[in-house]
Amino acid sequence: MELFINQLINGLNTGSIYALVAIGYTMVYGIIKLINFAHGEIMMFGAYFAFVFAYMIPWNLPFILIIIISMILAAIMGMLIERIAYKKLRKAPRISALITAIGMSLFLQNLALLIFGASYKRMRPLVSTEPVHLFGFNISKLTLITIGLSVFFMMVLTFFIHKTKPGKAMRAVSQDKGAAILMGINIDNIISLTFAIGSALGALGGIFYAMAYSQIYPTLGVMPGLKAFIAAVFGGIGNITGAMVGGYLIGIIETMTKAYISKQWVDAIVFGLLILILLFKPSGLLGKSTKEKV
Amino acid sequence: MDKLKQLHKTLVNNKFINYTVVFFIFIILFLLINSGVINRYLSNLIIMILIMIVMATSLNIATGFLGQLHLGHAAFMGIGAYTAGIIGIALQDVIASDLLLFLVATFGAMITAGFAGFLVGTPALRLRGDYLGIMTLGFGEIVRTVITNLKSITNGAQGLSGIPRIMTFPIAFWTTVIVVTLIFLFMNSRHGRAIISIREDEIASESVGINITRYKLLGFILASMFAGVGGSMFAFKESFLAPISFNFIKSVEIFVIVVLGGMGSLSGSIIAAIVLVFLPEYLRDFNQYRYLLYSSVLIIIMLYRPQGLMGTKEINFIKIKTWIKSKYTKVFLKGSD
Repeated sequence: MELFINQLINGLNTGSIYALVAIGYTMVYGIIKLINFAHGEIMMFGAYFAFVFAYMIPWNLPFILIIIISMILAAIMGMLIERIAYKKLRKAPRISALITAIGMSLFLQNLALLIFGASYKRMRPLVSTEPVHLFGFNISKLTLITIGLSVFFMMVLTFFIHKTKPGKAMRAVSQDKGAAILMGINIDNIISLTFAIGSALGALGGIFYAMAYSQIYPTLGVMPGLKAFIAAVFGGIGNITGAMVGGYLIGIIETMTKAYISKQWVDAIVFGLLILILLFKPSGLLGKSTKEKV
Repeated sequence: MDKLKQLHKTLVNNKFINYTVVFFIFIILFLLINSGVINRYLSNLIIMILIMIVMATSLNIATGFLGQLHLGHAAFMGIGAYTAGIIGIALQDVIASDLLLFLVATFGAMITAGFAGFLVGTPALRLRGDYLGIMTLGFGEIVRTVITNLKSITNGAQGLSGIPRIMTFPIAFWTTVIVVTLIFLFMNSRHGRAIISIREDEIASESVGINITRYKLLGFILASMFAGVGGSMFAFKESFLAPISFNFIKSVEIFVIVVLGGMGSLSGSIIAAIVLVFLPEYLRDFNQYRYLLYSSVLIIIMLYRPQGLMGTKEINFIKIKTWIKSKYTKVFLKGSD
């Protein structure tokens, strides 16, 4: 039982990271129907930003400030990527936009390779990993902070989407772009905002991921990016709550599989689950199914 | 009647010219390789290009002509490569002739890869667009994990070694020519046109009586079978196989070639395969900047030519001939003015 609870907490930890990254995928897909393959690389850059501000500059910045600076930088990066690479292709065939996203992903990976080098860098956790006693269990402080901050930012996001004017505009654009323009919404700004929020949350996920495995390297974003993408599909791509639920589910399923079934087969099981979901409920757990009309 | 004869003549002529050009390319490359002008490194690169041509033209059936997003093509290549590799190791002492060994192994690879295509295609083709892409991506990762973990058959992550290295330039070249010709003939047949009509409008083609599920499955299985051929070529060229060679990145690489060349253009795929395999090698002088340049080129081409280099057009040597002729006559007429 104790093992089970510990694994559940581990699952929540990984799940928080997947959920944060999945939100970026799902928001971008919801608004411009693009699978943003470069999102995993933004996650990786977020981790590198934190690394630079924590270890490569002389000042001793507090943890929260490092996180916020990295998130802002990643947000700017996300907006720039959208303006440079995706904006021109909004009306082009979707497959060309997809290739551009893949190209962007390769570009960012190699940029990181050029700037930071191919070697694995050691990313010491920025908060202590000493265990804290909670309800009779030992939980590391880092895990608590990961889960806590992730939940906090997700709550802020939900509030933003549902209660504020820009959030409302965002929902409007994802529902019907043409009608949104007629209502006086500046689509370009809203899309930029979407990329900024998605990238900032993705960077946060990247920082937590790098700290959890205490290393950092240019292809760090590929595998968790893919898993987070699965999480987004799992919960219903385009649906923000779905991405959060999907992220936690995938995280928990993955850790449980590792602990109880097999370490080697974990990827096959997670991807097999994805295929099952796609076959029986292609729109995901929380997604609405759309019918094709002639 | 006269017109019909004319048409017949052009068609025959057309094929004749295309075959002659292919034959000349072969003779030139063969002589260059045999005389040592093209060194071993370069001739290996040429074989790699030929493999990528097979992979890209086969993916073009599913992505270009059928219009389905397919992000797991490397998995079928992997299945074919491992099948061919295992057959090759088992039969290398039994079959003396290299060509025969390659043909037997390739046949086996086509069967397993085609069967895998059938297994994936049957449920997957109910899905559309992005979802199909995600599903094929997931399948590709599953195949990679299975290959890594079936240690008794595939030797796991350490890789399968000891496959006879029998891939020579003539075998690779003619295999590629046969595959591309078969795909071209298929696409211009009745069944091929049915597949293209599905890409153009699924609902409209269903309403004129085309069995969508059947043709989608047919296209998907064909694509997988020819991917198996590419895998077999790869196995006998490298003589060593590791599961990492058939990961998601490889699928993306093949997919990029198809889109960059133009979806639905076989000659586009061939040109893009040549360019994209050569480009990183050619950029070796720029060393660490080369993949940065490669990805920038990719983005720029997509931004300014989203339909790919060739669109859906094909290069046809008869057209080039008539074009040269018309230019020549124009000059000639101007001169006589």
